[in-house]
Amino acid sequence: MKSGHFALPALSPRFIPVWRRNLLVWRKLAIPSILGNFADPLIYMLGLGYGLGALLPEVGGVPYISFLAAGTVCFSTMNSATFEALYSGFSRMHVQRTWEAIMNAPLTLDDVAFAELLWAASKSFLSGLAILIVIWVLGLSSSFLSLWILAVVPLIGLAFAALAMAFMALARSYDFFMYYFTLVVTPMAMLCGVFFPISQLPGPLQSFASVLPLTHATALVRPLMMGEIPAAPVINVLVLLAYALAGFYAAVILFRRRFLD
Amino acid sequence: MAILAVEGLHKSYGALQVLRGVSFAIERGECYGLLGPNGAGKTTTLRLCLGHSEPDAGKLQLRGLPVPAMAREARVRVGVVPQMDNLDPDFTVEENLRVYGRYFGLQDSVVRARIPQLLDFAGLAGRAGASIQELSGGMKRRLTLARSLVNDPEVIFMDEPTTGLDPQARHLIWERMRTLLGEGRTILLTTHFMEEAERLCSRLAIMDTGRVIAEGSPRQLVAQHIEPQVVEVYGDGVEHWTRAQASHLADRVELTGETAFCYASNPAPLLATLEAQAALRYLHRHANLEDVFLKLTGRDLRE
Repeated sequence: MKSGHFALPALSPRFIPVWRRNLLVWRKLAIPSILGNFADPLIYMLGLGYGLGALLPEVGGVPYISFLAAGTVCFSTMNSATFEALYSGFSRMHVQRTWEAIMNAPLTLDDVAFAELLWAASKSFLSGLAILIVIWVLGLSSSFLSLWILAVVPLIGLAFAALAMAFMALARSYDFFMYYFTLVVTPMAMLCGVFFPISQLPGPLQSFASVLPLTHATALVRPLMMGEIPAAPVINVLVLLAYALAGFYAAVILFRRRFLD
Repeated sequence: MAILAVEGLHKSYGALQVLRGVSFAIERGECYGLLGPNGAGKTTTLRLCLGHSEPDAGKLQLRGLPVPAMAREARVRVGVVPQMDNLDPDFTVEENLRVYGRYFGLQDSVVRARIPQLLDFAGLAGRAGASIQELSGGMKRRLTLARSLVNDPEVIFMDEPTTGLDPQARHLIWERMRTLLGEGRTILLTTHFMEEAERLCSRLAIMDTGRVIAEGSPRQLVAQHIEPQVVEVYGDGVEHWTRAQASHLADRVELTGETAFCYASNPAPLLATLEAQAALRYLHRHANLEDVFLKLTGRDLRE
């Protein structure tokens, strides 16, 4: 690793054609992709929400399905950004050598990485949006404040896309990503207030959960969905932003080590 | 002025010294070959020329621009045919060209107007809508060549462009390369095929262990480094014959496996003794670039 690898990412508008390339591929597979965006999280939300919810008293002061709806928006956005940045990103970077082809044009590694970050975040926005539409249609949220979630979802997408990219930069094969799901995604799904309130956790786990990005995502989305203003929105936004920036910087350093050494 | 000038390049990866002072200069309109066994440093040299990696020492200028400092600007009018195909498998032939053009900042309308001509050149006319999976290996190579021309490049880097192709496909690529040279474009070619280098390159460098060990036109290299005639001899008793006869009559003999390579300015005495050896078969030919290459880099396998 060389000192030059730690330079801040240098960005240029040249990244746009790379983002558009991914969009063109997505458009060819749009129907199954959109179906996946709706169907998967919807089954979870409705199955658990109505099935399990019928056995439960109110959770956090609302019916369980309403509680779960906010968690599902966050969880689904995280998952979508993570899958795109890990599996699809790795295909483009390593398997298909698409990045190498692009970097023979007047683009740099930083441009490509930035385009990939924005693309994964864009795709996860569609997932979050799909769930939101279902929630609105089902009347699980009727507050105008819930429109603010449209601004929060891209931030969640950026944070998780950046983290997954940094991990993907170290991968030698697809199998490597199992570690990320076991060590990062699954614990967050359980600890960060997606399925039940964080207050149910023992004290030390609560403290641990408080530094995880998904906690700050649910802390923003849940109150907005209920028509309330989040308790500490500035901190939540700053934490998500910090994960996005730090994750992207780490990803760029690791990509440089991978490609330039 | 040289369109690509390389001076004193050094590059190490950890303890491994890959380049140890590589220098050469390519003039506009030239086809310049980089030859060398695996691990000689050819691919690293190409990477440095394109600005994908930084040299530890040495200077590089591509299209008059310093690399890697201004590599991005230099690559605006550079084409690359990589060793391994990296076409976009999700796209059609036409989309591959259009999307690649965008990376150079070209408007879709500009590239669209150029596509029929590019496909024609690549022998892919009428295949615009074909998916990449439908293409044969040779067609993919030709599409990669067409893609490298989308930005009207002054210089084209070709890294083993005909490896894995059948003779028909290989000859077509060679013909196209000549056309490109005729248009005044410059080609930097790396190859393992001496015949390819001999046919196409105006000058070439033979690299080994991170250095350029010989440079010149194919003809010059053969004249300078090797005896003009070769007799290849094989068959039962070739070792005995080599010791008894060839070692005296040839200027130089290399015995590898079952074959004796006898190099000579005047092969007549050798051929005369062979007439009397019914068990031995032989082939008499002019020396070529492959003989130079093997003499300079040795016959041992490189892995």
